[in-house]
Amino acid sequence: MTKQVKKIICIVCPRGCEITVELEDGKIKSIKGYSCPLGKQYAEKEVVNPERILMSIVKCVGGDLPVVSVKTAKPIPLSRMIEASKALADIAVEAPVKIGDKIVENLLGLGIDVIATRPCHKQKEE
Amino acid sequence: MAQNMLSQKSKPSYGVIEMPDRITKRDYDTVVIGGGPAGLAAALEAREKGLETLVVETRDRLGGIPLQCIHPGFGIHYFKKDMTGPEFVYRFIDKLLSTDIDYTVKSYVNTAKYVSPMEKKLEIITPYGTEIVGTKTIIYAAGARERTRYEIGITGPNPAGIMTAGEAQTLMDMYGVMPGKRILIVGSGDVGLIMARRFVLEGAEVVGVAEILPYPSGLMRNVQQCLKDYGIPLLLSHMVISVKQCNGRVSSAVVVKVDENFKPIQGSEKEIECDTIVIAAGLKPRTKLLESLGAQIDPRTKGPVVNEYFETTIPGVFVAGNALIINDYVDYAVEQGELAALAATKYVDEKGIKIKKPVKIVLGRNMRLIVPQMLTLTSDVLFYGRVARPEDNVWLSFKEIGFKIPQLRVLPSIMIRQKIRLDKLRMLKTDTLTVEVIPRD
Ligand SMILES: Cc1cc2nc3c(=O)[nH]c(=O)nc-3n(C[C@H](O)[C@H](O)[C@H](O)COP(=O)(O)OP(=O)(O)OC[C@H]3O[C@@H](n4cnc5c(N)ncnc54)[C@H](O)[C@@H]3O)c2cc1C
Ligand code: SF4
Repeated sequence: MTKQVKKIICIVCPRGCEITVELEDGKIKSIKGYSCPLGKQYAEKEVVNPERILMSIVKCVGGDLPVVSVKTAKPIPLSRMIEASKALADIAVEAPVKIGDKIVENLLGLGIDVIATRPCHKQKEE
Repeated sequence: MAQNMLSQKSKPSYGVIEMPDRITKRDYDTVVIGGGPAGLAAALEAREKGLETLVVETRDRLGGIPLQCIHPGFGIHYFKKDMTGPEFVYRFIDKLLSTDIDYTVKSYVNTAKYVSPMEKKLEIITPYGTEIVGTKTIIYAAGARERTRYEIGITGPNPAGIMTAGEAQTLMDMYGVMPGKRILIVGSGDVGLIMARRFVLEGAEVVGVAEILPYPSGLMRNVQQCLKDYGIPLLLSHMVISVKQCNGRVSSAVVVKVDENFKPIQGSEKEIECDTIVIAAGLKPRTKLLESLGAQIDPRTKGPVVNEYFETTIPGVFVAGNALIINDYVDYAVEQGELAALAATKYVDEKGIKIKKPVKIVLGRNMRLIVPQMLTLTSDVLFYGRVARPEDNVWLSFKEIGFKIPQLRVLPSIMIRQKIRLDKLRMLKTDTLTVEVIPRD
């Protein structure tokens, strides 16, 4: 039987509770230190498969700003963040873009879409 | 001049299309200076309460800092939802655009004059000319400015590649320009931590985050998700003392370890190769216009002295957001905007804020700063403050009224927010109220 104690910092809200997870043979024995159910859920996930929302920018052609900000609609594995961000560097979309517009479907085959988080208005001809 | 402007409806477009701006009146109940979260929230609340409202914004669009903060972490309290900065602030912008609130971007209040309690005159420079606007109240929500390298003692030449975190963020996340390839960040507040992650995700190398304090000054969640997630080195008790250059560009930074009194330790200098130095050394409320009006400034908060209505020492001039106090979260800035708008409404309706009994707030043990700094004793009070040093198991105590709230832990990086009801405050016999942090046993 192998016992393991993992200390993690909950990133769900700014309070940043320190959560202690006790594992036995890779199975969660106890979770302590969270202040709300979201923290418990987070800790359960974090010890086996840490995930994060990716935020980045992609080029926007013909818009009032040259880039539009985006995020993954759901968290993706932490280990794939850099690779995913690199994939977005080659993407360009055309203005106008609205918040929530789908920019990339099924990023890296993860089954998760990338959506716009800032509008990009069409630049009017003068 | 104002007349000229009224007829000028077909203005040239200045890049930001679907945001046509307008100043349609010569007199307002309130003019909101600054179109960030605090200003937008204030304007919406003021209009909702029936005030004729104008918003003046210097940048080319409404939204303030969150426009360029593309990471999640906004709105957990206010919308009970985790959003990115632009998603958060566009909820306010979209709402404002659906009202008849007047606003003008690329505009700036050049001078403000206090004429009488119910009249202030503003000279506003807009892309279409200078406007003179009268208003009963002002809600000042111009945010904060970043501290520069000189304010934190970084000497040496001034080559390309030295910028503040906000400048780097605007370049990268609004204009798509990478500020550098090998980046050293100075300051481990949330801004520095968040920028470190953004640089790494956009393909730059972050050679380190230098922090003069022996502990990170940002939230632990950001130390985790911004530095530890990507293995970025955190150089605690380190300060950058000078910059070296090569061909007009930063080539390295000289850092030194400091002792507990922040004195450089002899012989600990080392040179860190980098092409960019990003200064994330904290924010300071913008107060220039308030000072020109004669408002008293608090040396602790660096913002104005206010009462519980967030009214400055100039009657009818209210303040909210980072111009009042540097807030950890946008939610507080919005809350202050809404409260300032309610106060401005009261001011307009009752022709001023009456004082029942003037009370001065005194900083007691382990309290570094607080707003409001004075009370009129006519309303509930929302205090925002910061402690001087971390402490566990303490009371937050309002001494003269014998009111204490237990706190498991207080930290300088986490703002204290505490409401005190008027019925409690009425028990005050003195003309001062001491706020202090005291041990629990
Ligand atoms: C890098 C970074 C990350 C952040 N992350 C988070 C986070 O994850 N979660 C969170 O809740 N908060 C976060 N914040 C904090 C949040 O952005 C602020 O609390 C909020 O923006 C404060 O709002 P404000 O309206 O007071 O100021 P600002 O957003 O600064 O808006 C002030 C506005 O006033 C305008 N202005 C300035 N001077 C004048 C003038 N003279 N006349 C007219 N207009 C003027 C400015 O152009 C600006 O638009 C972050 C901040 C930064 C810098
Ligand atoms: S456990 Fe709950 S309260 Fe604590 S940081 Fe996580 S989400 Fe916030």
